[in-house]
Amino acid sequence: MYSDKVMDHFMNPRNVGEIENADGVGTVGNAKCGDIMKIYLKVEDDVIKDAKFKTFGCGAAVASSSMATELIIGKTLDDAWNISNKAVIEALEGLPPVKVHCSVLAEDAIHEAINDYRVKKGLEPIHVEHKDLHGCEEE
Amino acid sequence: MKRLVYMDHAATTPTSTEVLNEMLPYFTEKFGNPSSVYSIGRETKSAIEKAREQVAKVLNADTNEIFFTGGGSEADNWALKGVAMANAGKGKHIITTSIEHHAILHVCEYLEKNGYKVTYLPVDKDGLISIDELKNAVTDETILVSVMFANNEIGTIQNIAEIGKLCREKKVYFHTDAVQAVGNVPIDVKEMNIDLLSLSAHKFYGPKGVGALYIRKGVKIQQLIHGGGQEKSRRAGTENVPGIIGLGKAIEIACLDIQGHAERLIKLRNKLIEGLIEKIPHTRLNGHFEKRLPGNVNVCFEFIEGESLLLLLDEMGICASSGSACSSGSLDPSHVLLAIGLSHEIAHGSLRLSLGEATTDEDIDYILDVLPKIVERLRNMSPLYEEYLKKGGAVNV
Ligand code: FES
Repeated sequence: MYSDKVMDHFMNPRNVGEIENADGVGTVGNAKCGDIMKIYLKVEDDVIKDAKFKTFGCGAAVASSSMATELIIGKTLDDAWNISNKAVIEALEGLPPVKVHCSVLAEDAIHEAINDYRVKKGLEPIHVEHKDLHGCEEE
Repeated sequence: MKRLVYMDHAATTPTSTEVLNEMLPYFTEKFGNPSSVYSIGRETKSAIEKAREQVAKVLNADTNEIFFTGGGSEADNWALKGVAMANAGKGKHIITTSIEHHAILHVCEYLEKNGYKVTYLPVDKDGLISIDELKNAVTDETILVSVMFANNEIGTIQNIAEIGKLCREKKVYFHTDAVQAVGNVPIDVKEMNIDLLSLSAHKFYGPKGVGALYIRKGVKIQQLIHGGGQEKSRRAGTENVPGIIGLGKAIEIACLDIQGHAERLIKLRNKLIEGLIEKIPHTRLNGHFEKRLPGNVNVCFEFIEGESLLLLLDEMGICASSGSACSSGSLDPSHVLLAIGLSHEIAHGSLRLSLGEATTDEDIDYILDVLPKIVERLRNMSPLYEEYLKKGGAVNV
């Protein structure tokens, strides 16, 4: 059911781990639904120098986080902000329809992490509409 | 060659060669329609009757109480809808449990939409219903109690004889979905006071797409499939002759030495359970410790999610199953795991390994070698585990 690309990112996830004293951290999802994604950022001069993740979730969730971190490393914060879940799905060469929400989680986690960075810098967080595709009530 | 360790016998089993050989002639030279009068038709007719005897013997039923169906789900549907329709005049109340297979639960929902009342008995942490609660649930309106013999996920075996006795005393029909039990535990429909029983061939090394419903003589039931006069006009449609022959042979073989078969599996199963609990911290066994199917292991590993686990196990050649929502595409984890009181979080990390005929001691050793590493790998990637470690082991998962 998963593309080779998804399986590759699931079997050999890139950028797993934590960043000590990260400049921004975003955690989304909840354990009740079976998905939690946490993304750490290291930022220099508005550019994402490094990103790492930890994920509790299915194969698609792990692959999405792995791909998302790959996509944002080296990008400016603005460019990273605009990476949508569609971009993640495309880069993964597709996800089954029931697994689309796992990629949304990656988009949300990036937004959370960037906003965390902004708040730490004394900037206003950017407002985001949370798409609840999980059908799960947040606790 | 990649090693293949098939640990999903509760999902299905391979058709055994002996069974297949018995079936083969019925596709080609012995192809007659059992309803025909000429000899090649009569031949298949008598082969079907032989299969009926094989099934009846194993269950301690009479041959005219066995009806072949298109599988376990059909048998369940027939039992519930058939009894509900035929007895609506007496009452419209059915009692079942919250951990039944969907072939029961979805039929109950359907019946509820059609004016029937259904009571879903809860289960305790081991997956057992309370006989007292069942007793209290029976009303003058109750026509049927349907309680599964053994649960397909957690393997818990109910106190069927006690349930049967109670139902007989209360004069309500007792149906049991015995799809997981047949071939694994001895069943005697007379001694256990069972009125209706569903079974499916592919769970005991027979072919897929064929099952049977035992209907005790005298039970009022309506037919599910209308048409010709097959199965004493109770289940129309040209018989799946090779399938029925296969079912008969498979049930006979499975029950030849049911005790010896069970003892062998229990040994392997216990070694696997003990090994997992010893080697992997934060592992819990789901289902009853002793009253469980010989080949069933169901555990939860905290902090990780089941589908990821299945994918990594598959990579190592191990076929297993999980009650995680993510693997099913639905939003909730297994209703059975929730019914025994597990939180969503824990239920996501469930793993069912079901052993069978082909399982060896080496397979168990292999799993005990591979699985701890996989769990560790996923935990190292889990933000829940990270949180747990940071809090010094106090996370509320
Ligand atoms: S994390 Fe549950 S479906 Fe992807």
